[in-house]
Parts: sequence; structure tokens; C-alpha cells
Amino acid sequence: MNTTLDWYLALSAVLFVIGVLGVLLRRNVIVILMSVELMLNAVNLTLVAVSQGRADVSGQILVFFVMSVAAAEAAVGLAIIIAIFRNKLTVDINDINLFKY
Amino acid sequence: MENTAPLVWLILLLPLAGAFFNGVVALFVPAVRKEGLIGTVGTAVVAIPFILAVYLFVGFQGEPIVAPFYTWMAAGDLHVEFAYRIDQLSLLMTLIVTGVGALIHLYSAGYMHGDRGYWKFFAYLNLFIFAMLNLVLGNNLVVLFLGWEGVGLCSYLLIGFWYEESSNMEAANKAFIVNRVGDFAFLMAMFVLFHYLGALDFGTILRDGPGLPQGTLNWVVLLLFIGATGKSAQIPLFVWLPDAMAGPTPVSALIHAATMVTSGLYLLARLSPLVLNAPAIMIVIAIVGSLTCIMAATIAITQNDIKKVLAYSTISQLGYMFMSAGVGAFFVAIFHVMTHAFFKACLFLGSGSVIHGMHHVEHDLEHHGVIPSRHVPETPLDSEATQHPLRHNPLPYDGPFDAQDMRTMGGLYRFMPITNVTFLIATLAIAGIPPLAGFFSKDEILSQAFAYGYDGHGYAWFVWIVGLITALITAIYMTRCYVLTFLGKSRWPEAEKVHPHESPWTMTLPLIVLGLLSVVGGFLGLPHLFNWPSWIHHWLVGSAGEAGPVAQAVVGPFPEQYELIEILLIIVGALVAIVGVFFAWYRWRRYGVDYDATVRRRFGALYRWWERKYYWDEAYQKGVVAPVVEGSREGLAPFDQRVVDGAVNGLAKLAYGAARGLRVVQTGIVQNYAMAVVLGVVLVVALMLFV
Repeated sequence: MNTTLDWYLALSAVLFVIGVLGVLLRRNVIVILMSVELMLNAVNLTLVAVSQGRADVSGQILVFFVMSVAAAEAAVGLAIIIAIFRNKLTVDINDINLFKY
Repeated sequence: MENTAPLVWLILLLPLAGAFFNGVVALFVPAVRKEGLIGTVGTAVVAIPFILAVYLFVGFQGEPIVAPFYTWMAAGDLHVEFAYRIDQLSLLMTLIVTGVGALIHLYSAGYMHGDRGYWKFFAYLNLFIFAMLNLVLGNNLVVLFLGWEGVGLCSYLLIGFWYEESSNMEAANKAFIVNRVGDFAFLMAMFVLFHYLGALDFGTILRDGPGLPQGTLNWVVLLLFIGATGKSAQIPLFVWLPDAMAGPTPVSALIHAATMVTSGLYLLARLSPLVLNAPAIMIVIAIVGSLTCIMAATIAITQNDIKKVLAYSTISQLGYMFMSAGVGAFFVAIFHVMTHAFFKACLFLGSGSVIHGMHHVEHDLEHHGVIPSRHVPETPLDSEATQHPLRHNPLPYDGPFDAQDMRTMGGLYRFMPITNVTFLIATLAIAGIPPLAGFFSKDEILSQAFAYGYDGHGYAWFVWIVGLITALITAIYMTRCYVLTFLGKSRWPEAEKVHPHESPWTMTLPLIVLGLLSVVGGFLGLPHLFNWPSWIHHWLVGSAGEAGPVAQAVVGPFPEQYELIEILLIIVGALVAIVGVFFAWYRWRRYGVDYDATVRRRFGALYRWWERKYYWDEAYQKGVVAPVVEGSREGLAPFDQRVVDGAVNGLAKLAYGAARGLRVVQTGIVQNYAMAVVLGVVLVVALMLFV
């Protein structure tokens, strides 16, 4: 069978869902950050696939934006995690619950 | 006269400025509270308006002048301005208010010397003058009502001036609350008038009011009269005035004798065209006035406190004024307002002078240990009184020395000559001895009543006979008051060694002026015999060519012989007064205070009724005060606590409970929050795809 657009979109969807599940279910804060990166890359894949399918380069331009934002956000997120680790000496998300009522 | 408007505003605003200076400035700047400064400012802001009023009076042409200030309310059909009216009636009242007022302010500068609240007193007095001027100068009922309420407020503030004594505050409360009942009726009358006439200014009311349907007009006049009974202390709303004597004596003179209590009469005189068109209510006014007049006079015979005698005397004289209004002679009522202001203020200020002197006697007696000291000494060795324990009470009555009780006065003519002479003159004036002021005004009331009866209105005979009898009683109790206070032997303990002295010039000068006015004031209203001119009739009612502001009932014409009857009436009136004065002078001079016991024996149960003031206070206490207080305590207080407070507290509890329920969402677990985001996204996408 041919690899039509649908295959690429399905791959993206699966990757995205894996990312979501990772955010919701993993305990390690760094793994959650990796899952967020996974979600962003799944979206990149969607954008490139649709751009190729419609012969419109705008999708690929948007990918550039998403990538730079992802990089910046990863840097900030890691900085926050390091700051929290220095205070609480843990990377378990369930132990970081200062906002509990 | 052009350009009188600024003068009118100056007349009104000067007392207000004085009240502001003496009250607000002195409150925040204690350095200002010098007696000389406060007293001078306080008196000047009333004296200058008097001079301005004289200027307006002299230059008055006959046409009413209206000076608008600014619009107070303009809402829908209601348009009320701060506008002031200068006409004969309001000018006369202004002269009385500012003239007598200025004299009493001067008197207060001496009387209140040494009082800690000296500045407050003058602030309240100035505020009172401002309110009273609003009352008499206002060009519509709303401004009049503003002044009406204002004088009620100042009356409360001044009766309760020595607020540390709770009985004074009770008296102040009583005055205000009883007045409020009258004010309620006044408001009802205003509502009815506005409903039917669409405006409340005097021009509209006097033009369109008399044409109202009879039933409506009767209600309006009746409600206005009930309001007047509150302010002018008639049955059934007079009970506050005797208690109001708790205030300082200048207050009693100014407010409860010369000015505030005449507001009701002013109202009726101002609206006299309306009142004349409600003859049924005029009967009510006349009867109530008559009953009040004679009731108060009988109570006055039994009183031992000099100020209470004068208070009941005021109620009685106010009754005379209402009797006059009830027979359609409003100008005579205003004439009596004027003469009464002169001699009653003189009497009250004189009594203040006496009380002032007796306070010195009291201090001297305390100092010598003859009577126990009223205040508790700080240390046991503070006063000599504690070293001389008393074995008996040297006073003829229980309790501490009362500087106002006539039973421990007597013989003051030796020590207080000016007070003595002026008090005597004022006493003779109120008794109606010719040719003093009271004779002319009271006599005019009686002859107008007689004429009205002769004209066919039967109830006026009742008014006349009550007036005549009360004149006799008035002469008797006032002479008793004078004799017991000033003549005979001095009845306080150690009278040979301790005596009072005359009051300072700030107090005696007003007495002299008012005494003189009590002598000559009557000549402004000579009876219309032998073509003698009655200036006040001409001034207020006008002459054939131009009508003045005060209407008058039309009587007559009478046959020629009536002139003879008139002369007879005058002679009878004078005789009644002279007989009364002589009788009382002889009896109380000869027997002193003991004659009271003779009177008590002679009249038995009747005397007890008079002494207990016809049990009005007890009846009100049982019938009105107790049920209201009980009802509030049993019914309204639980309602306030449980329902009103409960609702408010319930709201708070509701908010608290909801918050407690909702806060479980805040788990602190980040993944829960992330889950919420995801669920939200799913929901939105589903809605977008399937709805």
C-alpha cells in the first residue's frame, strides 16, 4: 500500500497521545518534560506532512517557530526543575504539592 | 427696594457662619475657645442680622420680596428652591427672632461663664437662629420644614447640653420624639398639598389652596394644626416643654418661650387664608387652645420650681395664641407672639439671674457645711462638710439644695434690684395689667373672641370665658411666683450671713431692654376703639387698599351699642388682672409659702390633679411608651437578631460552606491539573466535531 498522508497523520496522533500519557502518568519530572517535547515534535510532524501534501510551504515555516519555542521552553523548564531540586531534593512530581489546600 | 437679596442671604448666613466658627473651628482649634471671642462672635452674628432686618423693615414698600438662592430639588413635577420671602409677617418674625435672640446671646455670654462647653453652647444657639430664620423667611413649605426640623434638632442639643446627667438626655429625647409625632402630621399635610396643587411654594398654596375641596382642605389644616401642637406645645403634644426646663435657662428663654414654640402660630398665620376656609378645624383649634390654656394655668399654681411655673405659663399663653387663631384673628395671635416674647424672655432671663444668684448661695452654704456637698470630695479632708455631719435637713424639701425651688428663695429684692424690677414689670405684663404689653394683646384676643361669638359662632363664647378665667389664674400664679421669689423673708438656711448678689451687666442689660419692651410693646396694637390706630393690624392684615399677608375673619358690622360692650370688655379684662394680682400679692405676701398649704386644703382632690399635671405623663407612659418599648424588646429585637442578622450571617456561612466544598479541587498534584486541561481539550474538540 502507498504511504498516503493519512499514515503520517496517524503517526503524529499516536506520538501525541504517547506524549500526553507520559505527562499524565509518569512520576519523574524530567520524563514529563521529555513527554512535552514529544508532543511538540508530533505536532511538527503533522505540520510538515500537511505542508507536503498541500504543496504549501507555510507549514514548514511554522515548524521553525515551534522548534525555537520548544527549545526555549525546555531551557526554562529545566531551570525550574533544577531550582526545585535544590529546595526539595526530589524529582518526584507527587512530592511537589505546595499548592495543596 | 432693589438689591435686597444679598441682605437676605447675609441675614441667613451670618448665624450659620457663627455656628461654623463656634462649633467646627473651635472643635479643631482649641486655642479659639476663649470665652470673650466666642461670646462676641456668637452675639454679633445675631445682632448684625437684627440691624439688617431693621434696615429692611424701615425700607419696606409693601410688596413682598422673594429672594431665590438656588434650586434644591428638581425631580419630575417637584421643583423646590431655597427661596426666601420678605413680607410684613416674615419681617416681624425676623425682628423678634434676631432682636430677642441677640439679647439672649448677650445674656448667655454672662450666664454660661465658666462652663466647659461654652463654645458648643454658642454654636448650637447660632445654629438655632439659622434654622429659625429659615423657618420664618422661607418662601415654601419645604424650606419652612427644614427650619422646623432644624429648630427641633437644636432644641434637642440644647436641652441635653449638660449631657452627663442622664435625666437631661431623657428630657431631650422626649422633646425630640414628641415633636416628631407632630412633624409626621406636618409631612402628611405637605404630601396632600403637593398631590393636589403640584407645588409647595406659598404663592401657589395661598392662591390655589383655598379652592381645594372642603374635605381635603379640612384634612390639610387639621394635619398642619397637629404639627403645630407638637412644636407649640398644645394638647396632646405639650408634655415635652416642662421637661425641657432641664436645659440652661437662656435656652428656655430663647427656644421654649420666645421663638421655637411660636413656629406653630407662624405656620397658621402664614397659611391663614387656608385656615379661614376650614371653619370646622378652626373650632378644633380654638377648643384645643382653650383647654390647653386653662389646664396649664391650673398646673402652674401648684409648681414650686420657678422654671416649671414659667414653662406651664408658656403653654398657657400659647393656648391664648391658638384661641386667637381659632376665631380668625391671626394677627392678634402674632401680636401676642411678640408681646409674649418680650415678657416671657424677660421672665426666663430673670429667673436665670435668680438661679445664678441662688447657685452662689448654694456654694456658700456647702462651703460652710450647712448643706451636704453635692459632689464627692476627692480626699476625706477636701471639704468642711464632711467634718460637720448633719443631723437634720435644713431644707423644706427632701434632697439636695435646689437653686430653682421657690421655697428656699424670698427677699431677693434686697440683693438683686435690677432683676427684681424687671421681673416685676414682666409679671405685671403677663398678668395683663394695663398699660403694659400683655394687657393689650390679651385683651385684644378676648375682644376678638367675643366679637366672633357675637357674630354667630357659638364656640367663641367658650373661648372667651376660658380666656377670661385663665387671665385671672395667670395673674394669681405669676404674682405668687414673684412674691415668693423676691418679697418677704429669705427662706434659705443661714439667710442672715449668706446672700446672693446681682448678676453682671451682660445679664442685666437684656433684662432692662426686655422690661422696657414689655412696657411699651403693647402700644403697637391698640384696640380699635375711638379710632385708635392699631399699627400691627395695619402692618399684618393691611388696609382696605392692599391686603397684607395675614388674613382675618370677617365679622360684623355691629350696631352702635357694640362699642359700649367693647369698652366694658376692656374694663372687665383689666379688672380681672388687677383683682388677681392684688389677691395673690396680699395672700402670699402675708402668709408666704404657707399659703400654698391653704390652697391645697381648699381645693382638695382638684389640687392633687393639678399638682400631678393631670397625669398626662403617666398616661403616656402607660399607654404609649411602655407598649412600644415592650413591643420592641419582645418583637422587634428578636426579629433584628434572628431574621436580619441571621440573613447576613447566613450569607457569610453560605460563602464559607461553598468554599469548603470547592477547595478539594486544589490537590497540589500537578498531573491532576494537567488532566483537567486534557479533559477540557477533549470536551471542546468533541463539541466542535459533533455539535
